[in-house]
Amino acid sequence: MIEIRIHGRGGQGNVVAAYLLATAAIDEGHHAQAFPTFGAERRGAPVAAFVRLAPKPILRRCEVREPHFVIVQDPTLLKNAGVKAGLRPGGRILVNSTRSAGELTERLGVETLSLPAAQLAREHLGRPVPNTALLAAFLALTTVLPVESLLKALQERFRGEVLARNEALVRAAAGTVPQGAWKEVIDAAGA
Amino acid sequence: MTESSHHPLRDHQPRFQGLDSGHRACQGCGEALAARLVTEAAGPDVIVSNATGCLEVFSTPWPETAWRIPWLHSLFENAASVAAGMEAAMRAQGRDTKVLAFAGDGGTFDIGMRGLSGMLERGHDVLYVCFDNEAYMNTGVQRSSSTPHAAMTTTSPPGRERMGKRHLKKDLLAIVAAHHIPYAATASVAYPSDLRKKVRRAMGVEGPSFLLVHSPCPLGWGHDSALTVQVARLAVQTGLFPLVEMERGSVASVMPIRRPCPVTDYLKLQRRFRHLFADHPRAREELEHLQALADHNIEVYRLAGEEPDPLDTEGADTVRRGGMRYA
Amino acid sequence: MPQALEGSQAIARAVALCRPGVVAAYPITPQTHIVENISKLVADGELHCELVSVESEFSAASVVLGAAAAGSRAYTASASQGILLMSEVLYNIAGLRVPLVLTCANRAVSAPLSIWNDHQDSMAVRDAGWIQLYCADNQEAVDTTIQAYRISERLELPVMVCVDGFTLTHTLEPIELPTQAQVDGYLPPYRFSRALDPMRPLSMGELVSPAYFTEVRHTHHVALRGALPEIEAADADWAEVCGRHSGGLVEVVREGEGGGIGILSIGSVTGTFADAAEQYTELPAARLIRLRCFRPFPDEALRAACAGLSDLVVVERALSPGAGGIVGTEVRAALREMDEPPRVHDVAVGLGGRDVPLELYPRLIEVARGEQETRFSILDLEPDKLPEEVR
Repeated sequence: MIEIRIHGRGGQGNVVAAYLLATAAIDEGHHAQAFPTFGAERRGAPVAAFVRLAPKPILRRCEVREPHFVIVQDPTLLKNAGVKAGLRPGGRILVNSTRSAGELTERLGVETLSLPAAQLAREHLGRPVPNTALLAAFLALTTVLPVESLLKALQERFRGEVLARNEALVRAAAGTVPQGAWKEVIDAAGA
Repeated sequence: MTESSHHPLRDHQPRFQGLDSGHRACQGCGEALAARLVTEAAGPDVIVSNATGCLEVFSTPWPETAWRIPWLHSLFENAASVAAGMEAAMRAQGRDTKVLAFAGDGGTFDIGMRGLSGMLERGHDVLYVCFDNEAYMNTGVQRSSSTPHAAMTTTSPPGRERMGKRHLKKDLLAIVAAHHIPYAATASVAYPSDLRKKVRRAMGVEGPSFLLVHSPCPLGWGHDSALTVQVARLAVQTGLFPLVEMERGSVASVMPIRRPCPVTDYLKLQRRFRHLFADHPRAREELEHLQALADHNIEVYRLAGEEPDPLDTEGADTVRRGGMRYA
Repeated sequence: MPQALEGSQAIARAVALCRPGVVAAYPITPQTHIVENISKLVADGELHCELVSVESEFSAASVVLGAAAAGSRAYTASASQGILLMSEVLYNIAGLRVPLVLTCANRAVSAPLSIWNDHQDSMAVRDAGWIQLYCADNQEAVDTTIQAYRISERLELPVMVCVDGFTLTHTLEPIELPTQAQVDGYLPPYRFSRALDPMRPLSMGELVSPAYFTEVRHTHHVALRGALPEIEAADADWAEVCGRHSGGLVEVVREGEGGGIGILSIGSVTGTFADAAEQYTELPAARLIRLRCFRPFPDEALRAACAGLSDLVVVERALSPGAGGIVGTEVRAALREMDEPPRVHDVAVGLGGRDVPLELYPRLIEVARGEQETRFSILDLEPDKLPEEVR
């Protein structure tokens, strides 16, 4: 089982990101579970959501405490939102940031990759919503699911012009990161 | 037409009775009379949602019932909401059976206010009838927000420091009218033909309609059981209970008062106002206050009749059929 | 092929498959997504029903009562304060023996204000005369909703389908939605024997004197006891249709070692314990029992499920302050009739949304192995947060 924690701020589409990833997995025939940290947070407050991916039914319903991966939608959360908390040895962090991966890795002490996701989203969608670009990059890095599965999941949410723009964003973001660079984490988890 | 030829004809045309005789209401119960008149006029194709109260208690002591129409009593404060559900069901089933909600003033002015407002706001096709006897009679005459100013109840007793209820009767008609429903009216058991006419109008309205029926309670008001209609008539003739029709929030018609009576004519028949006739400056002051309230009603609703009218407080009291005159 | 659905969305679809005539609800976290999804189905023309957006939960319950009594299948959902505001109507619905289904998106009850999951709300109305079924996951919430309508309408008893707020309602997971034909074949069109009808007028909700009240209450009690086989049959028959069981009355989720320890839980926390039992291989395997049906209380099925145990730990998600556990007390009473009843340890966990992690499992085993029987304790209490005198 792979466990993922997504950090963001209320209004950044954190839950949508978690649901999209799990939907992509379920549509590919995997088992998956996605849920937010249940809170009364308002727009802008730090929030988190969780995703579990597994080859067999997922029984547990507790929060993800020891994620294999952390996705950070807002770079300002790197300071003190506990993004590293519980990260498994060998775990990786993907951040929406314009800073270099090297700089972030050094700062966090964990192997971290950055993607200018908000910038990419602004270019393609006209809005700086980082979630879709981050998911595309995540799938490209881990190969846990084909990038096409994300496109299919997006088709359930969007139509026409908006869908086309999202598809272009997914392809662009997936092409930005080294394909399969994080596959070893998936393999080690035996998933 | 002679009297002898009239009655057999009537026998061949029995009026529909929704509330049958043999129920356990007190002698002279205004609410029983009102409920009978309302259901007669509404006809058999109705479903009733009834709030907890005297009407429910005296009409349905298990395993008996006085109702000849489908009738459900749920709770005290939800007659309007249950009616809304029934109406939604009628809509879902494509039926046009009219839903009626019955409640007293406690179940309407006070505890049922939320549900009533919701039902009106959502526009359910329901006729809500409030039988207003101006206190919690079912529990033994406690004040409600419908109790008139200065009236005695068991929770607004007069004493050295008090002259009965300290507050005014809530202007429910205005609150209901503020929902801008198609039709809202007041009526009185003293004017059965006017009451029937208003029920029929309400039955013809699509959407929420509301009827506030002044229904004396001989026990709670402390008057002779034989005087129910007379007391109710005086409430109208003094201006204390104006008969008004409102459409979409505006006054559409009123029953003019041919000769306004002084409020003391009404008050002196009832034990609940007896303390106002004591030789005491506070008592005189409250009597003046009540007269002022009646005068205010007459002024704002323009109740003063200019000339005799067949539909004013005296004309409407007279039934003419085939040259015979029944008063 | 399973679909990726949020719990609330799946429940809304299940409700729609049951073809309700009237839906009435008032928004409250964490129930809101259910009603929002139903509203969307109505707006998209996928569900034809009267949707009544009421001004309070009190009216939501009253509207569905009026609708069901007037001959339409009806649905409502609520949680927490909403269930308590409804409570007067809930008793009334059950006493009137009107068939209804309500989803309770289980949540703690204020004060202090908490929007998070526990079972205090549905437990507070356990004596209202409703059937109460607690769901382990969202698939079960779907299947139980459909079963609930059949049970309710056959017995003229209302059914509360309890679904853990957030933990289930806000979790997206794979769900098999039945087809409309499957549901139509299983659930006949709504028919209420005492439906209000001007062609056949009857009075409902009469004043009942002491001469008859006892008999009415007795009849209600007997009807609820009689619901036990009907609940099992509804589950078995639905399994015939779609191949999925929802756990009947009491489900043995996982067999343990013979003569050993049992853990009885209620609601979605069972899955976490089942996962933990697989992780903690060094610990003795406990028999995991899930109480799906809490009202009527399935004494016999419970005794059968507990046969041979030396220790049973009851894990509950609510409490009766000043007394202790609610479920545990009833389990204890039921097991006393066994020849060799297990010791019954009673603990509450996960109050007001406190996460129930895998790490709780070894502590439950520890409780079971304790020298003393644990009458009642809150197992995940963090004493360091408390002043000395209440630790």
